[in-house]
Amino acid sequence: MQLDRKKSIGSLLALATCSLLSSHQATAEESRWKFDTALLYYDEDERVTAVEPVFAASKTFADDSKISLKLTLDSLTGASHNGATISDQPQTFTGPSGSSSYTIPAGEIPLDDTFKDSRGAVSVQWTGPFKDGRSWSAGANLSAEYDFNSFSLNGGMAQEFNKKNTTLNLGISIEQDQISPVGDTPLEGSLYSDQIKKGSDEDKTIVDLLAGVTQVISRNTLMQFNVGLSHSSGYMTDPYKIVSVLESADLPLDYVYESRPDTRDKVSFFWKTKHHLETDVIDVAYRYMTDDWGIDSHTLDFHYRWQKEGFYIEPHLRFYQQTAADFYRTNLTGSPAPGIPGSINIDALPSEVSADYRLSELDSTTIGIKLAFDMGKDSELSFRLEKYSQSGDTDPADLDALIFQAGYSFYF
Amino acid sequence: MSVRVVPGLSGPEQKSFFRVTGVLLLLLCLPACSNLGVEPWERDLLAKPSMQIQGDSLDSAFDDHIYFSKEASSGGGGFSGGGCGCN
Repeated sequence: MQLDRKKSIGSLLALATCSLLSSHQATAEESRWKFDTALLYYDEDERVTAVEPVFAASKTFADDSKISLKLTLDSLTGASHNGATISDQPQTFTGPSGSSSYTIPAGEIPLDDTFKDSRGAVSVQWTGPFKDGRSWSAGANLSAEYDFNSFSLNGGMAQEFNKKNTTLNLGISIEQDQISPVGDTPLEGSLYSDQIKKGSDEDKTIVDLLAGVTQVISRNTLMQFNVGLSHSSGYMTDPYKIVSVLESADLPLDYVYESRPDTRDKVSFFWKTKHHLETDVIDVAYRYMTDDWGIDSHTLDFHYRWQKEGFYIEPHLRFYQQTAADFYRTNLTGSPAPGIPGSINIDALPSEVSADYRLSELDSTTIGIKLAFDMGKDSELSFRLEKYSQSGDTDPADLDALIFQAGYSFYF
Repeated sequence: MSVRVVPGLSGPEQKSFFRVTGVLLLLLCLPACSNLGVEPWERDLLAKPSMQIQGDSLDSAFDDHIYFSKEASSGGGGFSGGGCGCN
């Protein structure tokens, strides 16, 4: 009996010490800003190279409310597939501005190397304190690049139940984009050789709804399930992409500007589990997405955090698979119009068509590793190296990219 | 002839048997669902930064940006808008 009492006093003391320590730690975090800085280097084999520095700052206040600010810069150079098929003859294309042209040798993927862009984005996110188990959040994002501007607002609510073991999340985001294509907007479905323009500014709106439940399963396991609905309307065509019109297997007669539907509805189901193995952590996520363009996709993401003294190693594997959009074609077919030189007839020109391989049947794999060092005083230095590989039915869909990231996080 | 899963019961009896069993199972399940989770003092591991469900925010932002620009799917863990002209 006496022993029992001693034991329970002992555990009470331990508990009290723990809560004292944890409240002290919380105070230390409250008074300081957390800074996260990182640099991303992304390099595709013979295509796009991107360099992206990010600077983020966040602060948690005494009432547990939190503010986060983020600045992202993005610099892109290189070449991207213009949609045309590979030919056994050289192909000459006019750059989007109309003042330059580029020639693709026979047998090579038509890549537009006039592609160059830089982007700047800022975002601010605020999460309110929990009152009666409920917390509100709001945020805004602004992004600008040469031919594209985007602004979005989001709002959300989190409700805790069952001793904070269950959290229900609801969120809404509204994004407004403005697209100003270089050399104006080509008329969708029109002949490339005609260079017909329909305007200079286009826009689109994206409304996202997200509902999710996060559930503590046990001391070691946490699970999340989200359902997302997304409705896009407006200009979703890529103004720089074309579709080859072929007379025979390799002989292009002309090209047409691609044309995509002006609405898109997507539904996604997302499940994520984190499991703590006392030292290491397993993180598994799966997403199923389906839309009214005919695209269904499966994504499986796996991280294993191998915790060592003062550092951790985290291997990463990701598998992605999608079906093609209904309006995806590798090319169209046609023939020279009899008696009218330079004119062509296109066999069954669909109202919507795109040869963008990103809308084709596609598989991709990411394999990578992250190494992070504890630098003391809650600061961390990390490096990430990954290889991303895409493969599909056409040569442009076969792509390898290298992802390298260096990051440093600290409190100040 | 309908399949008899429980011997000795007629068709309508089979139906009501399954209905009652279903309701009983559901009732048994409800307390089990609210039993999921831990007490506040069992949150030592869940409180660690490595157990935060959203993970490293910069890593996931970079990933979202890359995959948004190379694939036809986005979102799931968060909103699906990309805020960029890369797709």
